[in-house]
Amino acid sequence: MNAVMARLIGARVAVCVLSLLIVSGLVFIATSLLPGDVTQEILGQSATPEAVEGLRRALNLDRPAPVRYLEWLGGLLTGDPGISLVNRLPVAEMIASRLPNSLLLAGMAAAFCVPAALFLGITSAIWRGSAYDRVVNTATVTTVSVPEFLVATLAVLIFAVHLRWLPAMSYASKIESVGQLLRSFALPVATLSCVVMAQMTRMTRAALLTVLDTPYIEMAVLKGARPMRVVLLHALPNAVGPIANAVAFSLSYLVGGAIIVEIIFSYPGIARLMVDAVATRDMPLVQACAMIFSAAYLVLVLVADLCAILSNPRLRYR
Amino acid sequence: MTNATADTLPRRRRRWRVSASGTVGLAVVGFWLVMTLAGPSIAPHGSGAMVGSEILAPMSREFPLGTDYLGRDMLSRILWGARYTVGLALIATLLACAMGVALGLFAAVQGGIGDAAISRVLDAFISIPSKMFALVMVAALGSSLPVLIGTVAVIYTPGCYRLARSMAVNISAMDFVTVARARGERTAFIMREEVLPNMVLPVLTDFGLRFVFVVLLLSGLSFLGVGIQPPAADWGSLVRENLEGLRDGAPAVIMPAAAIASLTIGMTLLIDNLPGRRRSTVEGH
Amino acid sequence: MDAVVDVRGLCVSTRDEQGADRLIVKEAEFAVSRNAVLALIGESGSGKTTIAMALMGYARPGCRIAAGSVRVGGTDVLALPPRALADFRGKRVTYIPQSAAAAFNPSRRIMAQVVEGASIHGLMPRAAAEAKAVELFRALSLPEPGSIGRRFPHQVSGGQLQRLMAAMALLSDPELVILDEPTTALDVTTQIEVLRAFKKVVRERGTTAIYVSHDLAVVAQVADRIVVLRDGEIQEQGATDRILVAPQHAYTSSLLQAADPTLRSFRQADRRGDPGPPLLEARDLVAGYGPAGADGRPAAPVLTGISLAIRRGSVLGVVGESGCGKSTLARVVAGLLPAARGRLTLDGEALAPGAASRTRDQLRRIQIVFQTADTALNPARTVARILGRPLDLYHGMAADRRRRRVRELLDMVRLPRHLAERYPDELSGGQKQRVNLARALAAEPDLILCDEVTSSLDTVVGAAVLELLDELRRELGVAYMFISHDLSTVRAICDEVMILYAGRKVESGPRQTMSMRPLHPYTDLLIASVPELRMGWLESVRPAVGEGPGKPRYADAACAFYGRCGLRLEGTCDRRAPETQRLAKGAEILCHRAEQELLAGQAERSRTISAPVTVT
Repeated sequence: MNAVMARLIGARVAVCVLSLLIVSGLVFIATSLLPGDVTQEILGQSATPEAVEGLRRALNLDRPAPVRYLEWLGGLLTGDPGISLVNRLPVAEMIASRLPNSLLLAGMAAAFCVPAALFLGITSAIWRGSAYDRVVNTATVTTVSVPEFLVATLAVLIFAVHLRWLPAMSYASKIESVGQLLRSFALPVATLSCVVMAQMTRMTRAALLTVLDTPYIEMAVLKGARPMRVVLLHALPNAVGPIANAVAFSLSYLVGGAIIVEIIFSYPGIARLMVDAVATRDMPLVQACAMIFSAAYLVLVLVADLCAILSNPRLRYR
Repeated sequence: MTNATADTLPRRRRRWRVSASGTVGLAVVGFWLVMTLAGPSIAPHGSGAMVGSEILAPMSREFPLGTDYLGRDMLSRILWGARYTVGLALIATLLACAMGVALGLFAAVQGGIGDAAISRVLDAFISIPSKMFALVMVAALGSSLPVLIGTVAVIYTPGCYRLARSMAVNISAMDFVTVARARGERTAFIMREEVLPNMVLPVLTDFGLRFVFVVLLLSGLSFLGVGIQPPAADWGSLVRENLEGLRDGAPAVIMPAAAIASLTIGMTLLIDNLPGRRRSTVEGH
Repeated sequence: MDAVVDVRGLCVSTRDEQGADRLIVKEAEFAVSRNAVLALIGESGSGKTTIAMALMGYARPGCRIAAGSVRVGGTDVLALPPRALADFRGKRVTYIPQSAAAAFNPSRRIMAQVVEGASIHGLMPRAAAEAKAVELFRALSLPEPGSIGRRFPHQVSGGQLQRLMAAMALLSDPELVILDEPTTALDVTTQIEVLRAFKKVVRERGTTAIYVSHDLAVVAQVADRIVVLRDGEIQEQGATDRILVAPQHAYTSSLLQAADPTLRSFRQADRRGDPGPPLLEARDLVAGYGPAGADGRPAAPVLTGISLAIRRGSVLGVVGESGCGKSTLARVVAGLLPAARGRLTLDGEALAPGAASRTRDQLRRIQIVFQTADTALNPARTVARILGRPLDLYHGMAADRRRRRVRELLDMVRLPRHLAERYPDELSGGQKQRVNLARALAAEPDLILCDEVTSSLDTVVGAAVLELLDELRRELGVAYMFISHDLSTVRAICDEVMILYAGRKVESGPRQTMSMRPLHPYTDLLIASVPELRMGWLESVRPAVGEGPGKPRYADAACAFYGRCGLRLEGTCDRRAPETQRLAKGAEILCHRAEQELLAGQAERSRTISAPVTVT
């Protein structure tokens, strides 16, 4: 680790924090500028103006927006994103009960996708132009282009309804064995993986192909290196940055995919919590969920950036 | 002196050679574009006309694509729906690309603080998942066509901006732009005349890619019930409302889904086979 | 016959956009005998690299070896199956590419790459291979031979990488080494060192080699036989001395002629460099990148204390190696990079540092022409539109007058009028550079800044462009600032010459003074390093001193050239910056040494410097 790298890494982290701050502002503005009064929503049409006013004060809605923003931001930083407007539970508690479920789903999908996609991407780059490459390419193009809800409903139709191999509802009340766990997660994980994997495969292949077109790869071939050696020893180390980027970018699709999957499979994750919160205009909950998703994305991108910096010998050895 | 002119390269015809799969993509996309314009006038029935006696009927001579859950003609509903799925996505993507390219060009050619500010804010936008953002906006402002178009345009502007900016930064570093600067050209001229014409193809490709994303997002929203609202229906809502026919494999649910898939796959094939394309249709960094 | 390489009827084809096959190498036949060096010479597109690669059974993507046979040491290379071919490459034939900087894998240490061939083919244990590599590093006069292998490619200079590539190629004691333009990307002063190292090891080890180059003067130093190629066909082949002295083919003669710019006479008689006030004057320019410090110097200065004057209708040549700041000087004058300090005047009128604050007329009067015509013309616009823009902007011409004027401009640069409707990628390199020039002329400028305008062109085409420049100067009275790394070209067409080193003007004066002693030690080195078109030149040049090119280590306190100077004074040159002194021959130099000392130091080597440069 040298000074230049430390500075670069510091700058990346700073940009990440700054982005998160801007996101918080955007989220706050978007959710505060919404028309319609939450208090009216909560108390119903028949509420007296005094009751509405009282609730407004209780919810701190009578104070100017910048003050509320700063308070909310302070709350976020200290781990207290506020109280749900709808069921008066602390938002932190509600999220804490759902977040592990979502992480489990995303983790399982990632654990399956990343190795599979890297394998497919790298092998199809090695055998570029071959029948294998064309098959992989066609499959990924198709998958990327098909909506997730279609994949999910088809999966339910085939595996749960017709074949009765797997449960359609993913979250059985009690899971007693690993086999059961795998069975109950198979469909949602597969659905979630489809799009992510296709995207990641395509990006990995493209990243590797860029490197395979360089003069030093030609040089390795002319030195008599076999194709496997050329790819593994010469090309891959130089493609770490772009590939990390591809993985991070594709994994961020897990978030968007999660909404559809959690709803179709009635999975009690954080995405569904947010969809419900949006429906009931439970703004503290919406804000907190949005911040979690955005932070997850930013951390992924940051990790990819750091991989790129750390894998660059020009920066590592000055 | 003469041999400098003797080595004239043969005049190359500037024509677009599209491969077989590209041609298929072009045909499919072209077909749906025509249907978007002409669909309602060639549809056998009105969009809401309850013409069939049977609900979720299979394909028949009378109803080539069967009937829906209320006994309406599916062929007609899909043709009417093209208007929403294709038309809406087209408008939203055009808006997003226009804004993204304009901002990206400006940021790249101008540089400095303006560039940094635009880049930071739009980068932050990218980190908000698109479906989340759409859900929030739709829940807040209601699901009207202008809200959907505006939301989708805002969601996809930053991605388009990123691409346009990085392209424009590369082009701005080329000598002919330097020559234009040395000649004393204004920023607007450099953006319009020197940089923009050289990024048409990548921007078109990006447009196609984003169009696919937009179609997927809009039909996803409709599938969730927060997109196009009844009585209007796009293909996503057609899948949603006929979901009960899924178990029996009714064409009412298969056909709109197939329509979406054909449109997006067709577009992907088309842009993947555009001439002079460098990378694959992936986002890149 | 003791031929290591025997090539018969070799054809290589490529497939164009329409899917039709086109031969890029036609029926090539030649042989190389043991311990001999054969040169393949030709301009770009002549098929020389394609042939060289075919000797390893390799064709670049899109190309295909269509017919013929290649035998190396008795093996029929083209008949080898993929696995055997991989065993053959890197073991029996090795390759040194043009750009070692691009051919070294940036993420692996140098030693790992140098010994890779030996370890892939199981030729020797790793330790033995490394020991042999170090020995080769030493033989190739690389600095720190024991530890240089532990570095990464980006930590080593271009000239050193090229030599490391040679070590890699020689490590497996191959039957044949192919050197593909190995010195083309290097500065002349580096090139001579690399050439010398190559030649030494090739001779010592009795290596059989094929040397691919476009540069006859370089080839004359290393090759025993020469094969002249054009458009994929062999024009002529024979022993080096015979080809140089008595070429039989007209094309070979034209190459020989173009290779020596001093043969072309750009006459002096009608030179109108009028004695009036200078057209452009610069005083004490300081420019660079990064924020300016307290003294007004930028954080990363590129140019320091540059003064110059260009008279109306005259040519100032600016010469220096890559990174010396010569292109930056053009950018400063054009206002693209505002000078941090110093003054620029055009016809006595002060010029604002930045282009944005200059008047349109001032902008019109100074035009810039860049090196790479490929990137200097907007690919999305026709020639007519490219040339029409300055006419519209500066002269406000209406459409029909503009059309007429575009035709005139094309005539002026000797291009056929029908090219007006073409796009840049439908033109050849030479044509693009002419359009590039025509665009500058469209403004009707007083001064054109020519930044390496002929460097990316083939010798013959470049020579024609030079001729055109000279004609235009006489016809239109336009002045040039002619920037080049090639001193001989500059001497041929310039009135005044200025030598830059590390951002400083080390010598300047009328062009005749560049061939009169004493010279600034750097000018001396530069002149001595330009290869001459005769055999034995390389041996006649005394090796330079110092640690070789690279970042000057004493830049701040000392003379920038201290590290490489053959006449340096310890205790003076490494302590104080030198002052400008005027020499009797009429030039100014930046040096501590007195005129007599320089003269004495350089007289000593005058025996080794060949025939003085002819000046008309």
